[in-house]
Amino acid sequence: MSQHEITVNVNGEKQTRKIEARTLLVHFLREDLGLTGTHVGCDTTSCGACTVSLDGEAVKSCTVFAVQADGAAIETVEGIASGGKLHPLQEGFWEKHGLQCGFCTPGMLMSARSLLAKNPRPTEDEIRHGISGNLCRCTGYNKIVEAIQYAADKLGADGKGA
Amino acid sequence: MIPAPFDYHAPTTLDEAIALLAQHGDTAKILAGGQSLIPAMRFRLASPEILVDINRISDLSYIEERGDHLAIGALTREAALEGSPIIAKSFPLLLDTAKVIADPLVRNKATIGGNLAHADPANDHPAAMLAYNAQVIARCPTGNRVIAIDDLFVGLFETSLAPGEILTEIRIPKPAAASGGAYLKIERKVGDYAVAAVAVQLELAGAADPTGPTIRHIRIGLTNVSAIPMRAKAAEAALAGKPATDDVLEAAGRAAAAECNPSADLRGQVDYKRDLVRVLTKRVVRRAIQRAQGGRP
Repeated sequence: MSQHEITVNVNGEKQTRKIEARTLLVHFLREDLGLTGTHVGCDTTSCGACTVSLDGEAVKSCTVFAVQADGAAIETVEGIASGGKLHPLQEGFWEKHGLQCGFCTPGMLMSARSLLAKNPRPTEDEIRHGISGNLCRCTGYNKIVEAIQYAADKLGADGKGA
Repeated sequence: MIPAPFDYHAPTTLDEAIALLAQHGDTAKILAGGQSLIPAMRFRLASPEILVDINRISDLSYIEERGDHLAIGALTREAALEGSPIIAKSFPLLLDTAKVIADPLVRNKATIGGNLAHADPANDHPAAMLAYNAQVIARCPTGNRVIAIDDLFVGLFETSLAPGEILTEIRIPKPAAASGGAYLKIERKVGDYAVAAVAVQLELAGAADPTGPTIRHIRIGLTNVSAIPMRAKAAEAALAGKPATDDVLEAAGRAAAAECNPSADLRGQVDYKRDLVRVLTKRVVRRAIQRAQGGRP
């Protein structure tokens, strides 16, 4: 089995670690870097709780090997607030009650962020389609959709992208 | 769930990848999007000793119109197919298919080549490519080999690709005038495999005939109702050369239901799946005819 030294940029910081080839990106983030905001939910590529941004694309980090990310830029939920201020999506989930147990929330935030980056003014249908790879067992999704609409409105009003 | 240990290689050229496969034989697996392989490795359903990651090979991702066909690089992501103006305009069957594969996050990584080479009868591209009468190109140590889609799938998770070959390109013939295609999938929820799905690509004759058009050519592919991705040849025969009347469509739907071979599982009983195939065949042929008449191939 091969060991590999990888260097990745995570939330703007360069990180170099030696890992086994079989290390999944989600385990690398949680266990090697201590970034436990990215959750392991189903372990079957179904639930999306482990969603991160990998070179700008939202992916399920339980279904990528960390070694594949060598040289890549990764963003996790820990990186989306800035200067002690919540990201408009985080604010939306707070204001609109977009979470109950909160387990799916990091993945929802990262998926929603990718959606708004590509489509800043999504319709309700487009939001539902955009988060269809993320499962929530508490909310029934309506409050999550409202939270994302809140963020889209706020980002639109600020004239800034996601 | 942690995969078994393996050695990892990330070649940057096809030649390098071919050399690695030649060196390691069938102990090696190709890692493309990884959206089927990595879950299989986590469950230890697959424990390859060597992974050859082709994602760093730069020239395997493209969508290009070339003369009489559309050429798609094997490493092209499903999300890129969904966003392609060429596919939206001229290959609606392929657009239908790409949009219903897994979920948007998986589609950011999953590749069309992997979907075909994995040869899972539950995957969606095999049926679509059977309907299109596509070809795939395999790079082998001595050059390129062209494989007709009818010859690609030979068993459950088994293709006619040799262990040392890499699927590099998919070629879809440009549909003739008065052509239409569509894919219809019934799934329990987003991200699940099809309970059943039907792909059709057809060409009409006499599209302007006031008594209704006749189906000149038709190919039909079925998803997840057989051990090997299959064409519904009896249904094709029931439609080819005929006007698309309700009776003709019903006969074709019954033929497809009879010739498929679904298994009972959590997604449904055998009789239910056969009846789905009957209904989906009729619906998808109607949709393809509408598209052909509306100038969408």
